[in-house]
Amino acid sequence: MKIVIIDYGAGNIQSIKFAIKRLGYEAILSSDAEEIKSADKVIFPGVGEASSAMKMLKSTGLDKVIPTLKQPVLGICLGMQLMCTYCEEGDTEGLGIFHANVVKFDNKLKVPQIGWNRIYDLKSELFNGISEQEFVYLVHSFYVKECEETIASTKYGVEYTSAIQKDNFYGVQFHPEKSSDAGEKILENFLKI
Amino acid sequence: MLTKRIIPCLDIKDGRTVKGVNFIDLRDAGDPVELAKIYAKSGADELVFLDISATEEKRKTLANLVRRVAEKVNIPFTVGGGISSVEDVDILLKNGADKVSINSSAVKNPGLINELAAKFGSQCITVAIDAKQINGEWMVHLVGGKVPTDINLFQWAKEVEERGAGEILFTSMNNDGTKAGFANEALAVLSSELNIPIIASGGAGNMQHFCDTFIEGKADAALAASVFHFKEIEIKDLKEELRRNGVEVRL
Repeated sequence: MKIVIIDYGAGNIQSIKFAIKRLGYEAILSSDAEEIKSADKVIFPGVGEASSAMKMLKSTGLDKVIPTLKQPVLGICLGMQLMCTYCEEGDTEGLGIFHANVVKFDNKLKVPQIGWNRIYDLKSELFNGISEQEFVYLVHSFYVKECEETIASTKYGVEYTSAIQKDNFYGVQFHPEKSSDAGEKILENFLKI
Repeated sequence: MLTKRIIPCLDIKDGRTVKGVNFIDLRDAGDPVELAKIYAKSGADELVFLDISATEEKRKTLANLVRRVAEKVNIPFTVGGGISSVEDVDILLKNGADKVSINSSAVKNPGLINELAAKFGSQCITVAIDAKQINGEWMVHLVGGKVPTDINLFQWAKEVEERGAGEILFTSMNNDGTKAGFANEALAVLSSELNIPIIASGGAGNMQHFCDTFIEGKADAALAASVFHFKEIEIKDLKEELRRNGVEVRL
């Protein structure tokens, strides 16, 4: 199985590579469109600020490539947010794969949300073997509003989308590579789709 | 609901784990990677590695250690100790650290916080503050608590938040090493005045101290070293006790 992690200069991608290795697979890092298109599974990571991450995607032309992919694609954290219609952070137009907007948490809450929170209303093969109310690790200041494509929710002040799916595109707000055994199981489920 | 975090801290010198009592005497408590794996299995929510070595090889040794930890451990971890530039942070994050913690270098050059937050995002920048209460006033200290400054803890914490830190790790020098409980009054002030998470550090001796720092001190996370390293407190028992006291934890 060929697993490609999209490398566009955004954040900590070693951790995802290592997590995949712990599951017994090898992933390669690439920003090359042909390499990405030929993968069996694509992981679209992202940490940092939305508008600068989107600029990096545009400069490599990957903003045009990602929405046309046919194989299973998993966006993680900012990766998932960039796959949405619009991100409030840096007034950023997203890739428009998921029909949802990304907005900032209420100022009354501590922002960023850092730590372990529960996922529930699980509606996807991504969560095979995962119990309702399982804990996952999250670090983020902006969230995806709940929508028809939501496949898992989390509560932090509001109830929001912690996982989302449209056709072959999946997104998770949490870090499966850092969410202990449950996270590794979710990552493994994705690799088995 | 977001849970309160329990964070074992591993002091590292030349690639090995040590724990300073009042930051001075050192005792060997094992291999960092093995210890990290055990903590991840036993329910720790996060780990902090604090490098206290001062050799020329330091940067390379630490980067190697970070990489080994990232390969083996499936929970997040923060790395701190002598980090003073964008380049230092870049190396650690590229090797798999989730967050970095800066301390004295932020006091000497506050603009570093802005630079790091802009380049890597606030979420991976923790600012550690060591402070000591002198004549009723909390004053920031540098170099592992050895050098006093005339900076007020609460003013500095506010500035740190405004400059873009993602969270604050507050160590009370009055409490550190005493095993008599965390500095909950100061913590509660920090937690109410600031809008970013606060990690309590210094003074953990028993399970009640953790309950108190989450309830009275309003801390978002609590960090400790020796009580975990010498198995005086098992993390699972601690979390069960916290849950019995109405504190939300991951169990």
